Amino acid sequence: MIRFDSVSKRYPNGYEALRGINLHIRRGEMVFITGHSGAGKSTLLRLIPLLERPSNGQVLVAGLNLVRLRRGLIPQLRRRIGMIFQDYRLLHDRTVYDNVALPLVIAGVSPLEIGRRVRAALDKVGLLDRERVYPVTLSGGEQQRVGIARAEVSRPPILVADEPTGNLDPALSWEIMQLFRDFQRVGVTVVIASHDIGLIERLGQRVITLERGRLVDDIPAEAA
Amino acid sequence: MAEVAARRPPSRLRRAANAYVSAHGRALVGALGRLYRTPLASLMTAAVLGVALALPAGFLLLLANLQGVTAGWEADARLSVFLKTDVAPDRYRALAATLEQDPDIAAATLITPEQALEELRAVSGMQDALALLDSNPLPAVLLVQPAAGADPEAAAALAERLEALPDADLVQLDQAWLQRLASVVELARRGTLVIAAMLGIAVILVVGNTIRMAIESRREELVIIKLLGGTDAFIRRPFLYEGCWYGLLGGVLALLLVETALLLLRGPATALAASYGSALLVQGLGMDGVAWLLAAGVVLGLAGSRLAVGRHLRAIEPR
Ligand SMILES: Nc1ncnc2c1ncn2[C@@H]1O[C@H](COP(=O)(O)OP(=O)(O)OP(=O)(O)O)[C@@H](O)[C@H]1O
Ligand SMILES: [Mg+2]
Repeated sequence: MIRFDSVSKRYPNGYEALRGINLHIRRGEMVFITGHSGAGKSTLLRLIPLLERPSNGQVLVAGLNLVRLRRGLIPQLRRRIGMIFQDYRLLHDRTVYDNVALPLVIAGVSPLEIGRRVRAALDKVGLLDRERVYPVTLSGGEQQRVGIARAEVSRPPILVADEPTGNLDPALSWEIMQLFRDFQRVGVTVVIASHDIGLIERLGQRVITLERGRLVDDIPAEAA
Repeated sequence: MAEVAARRPPSRLRRAANAYVSAHGRALVGALGRLYRTPLASLMTAAVLGVALALPAGFLLLLANLQGVTAGWEADARLSVFLKTDVAPDRYRALAATLEQDPDIAAATLITPEQALEELRAVSGMQDALALLDSNPLPAVLLVQPAAGADPEAAAALAERLEALPDADLVQLDQAWLQRLASVVELARRGTLVIAAMLGIAVILVVGNTIRMAIESRREELVIIKLLGGTDAFIRRPFLYEGCWYGLLGGVLALLLVETALLLLRGPATALAASYGSALLVQGLGMDGVAWLLAAGVVLGLAGSRLAVGRHLRAIEPR
């Protein structure tokens, strides 16, 4: 589903955030990317939806070669990837419902279908009764769940989350991770950057470790 | 048969068309909603556009009215045929009678040298100076009115023909000042068009700047839309419609301004016309004028927003 072939990323200031990364993530896998701060976790995730272009090497996502992808096709790529952020990135002047509906509006889904799907997504994250409120009135965990509902509502085959539990307490973090587990179980490929080693270990999924831009460890998922 | 067709799920094409229409409808209404949410700022922008559109529209209307009035005057063009001083009274009387029969001529009025002298005495107040003359130096004059419906060319042709008469000394076309007026009006019209072009550019810049600020204030939202796979067209669309709305509102305000000015001027203009003994009809914008004004507003608004969108949306990329 996602393939990195000797990928390097050098930022315009000359800093090499990634060096020679080779990585293959299969459909329906759940993968954690971990490493110290500045190791290049966010950089690696940002290459997947083309928020950043690699300086060297090839990135293939859902059958698309990102190096050769025309600018006009980037929206098509991003619609196949649900993105979740540490700071949620919700629109504060829109209700929870409208936030979650946004990807469907963008994709041109009919209003009737939007209502159905948004409610299903909110139901899944347990926020069906909050659809009319504004994000600021929600707790951090609730806002992150809105973010997850928004990423998932268009049923993308890939979910990418950068420190989705960075601001949450352990219990909430565990809950959020269970949501990701549920998506993975129905075939979604999930890639999560996190440095919460304890949490990651308890989940027993594949763990990739970066160190100063290099892939130094790749531990497969525990056989369940 | 119809029932079967109705039960069939809508075709792909149909769904795509519906999605397209609903996306545009949403952007159209959404853009209006955004203007409505900041009524004062929107109204200020629209008012600037309204004034900028009303000025040239008002001037052009004024000139059209002026041309309408002077067109009426052209029929009044008169030719003064000054005869040679040695033409005998019975000759010029006969000439007047002949001209009166000419198909190109509506009327020919004779002013004898005596009458001319009388008139001069009455108006100039230089009886003393005139008294010094021992003979009348003035020629007989024939005031010739061209046949009804004669255009300036016909009048000029007639003047040429009269000038060729053996008894004629000089033919003066009283239309010269009218032609001068016409060229002044034409000059004013061109000037107005130049000013209109400049104001049009001003409208584009005002809308462009307003849209630029709208883009800036929604930067966060646009970044997120890009993250979620919004196409450039999707992001651009609401701003283009916003520009159209500004233009349309500006056009409507301009319309109100022009019509109000017209209402204020109609009374005095009619009074003035009445004093000239004519029933002047002040001409309004009319359906065509209204359509042009609104279309100009929308087109300029669209141009302004296109300018802003082209320049500023590309700079917004997700971090
Ligand atoms: N836009 C940028 N321009 C220049 N350097 C950058 C840019 N983004 C990141 N970097 C650098 O690249 C390195 C890797 O950054 P990255 O954000 O990928 O690290 P990370 O592993 O996600 O760290 P953290 O755990 O703190 O989020 C860092 O040293 C950072 O300073
Ligand atoms: Mg990071």
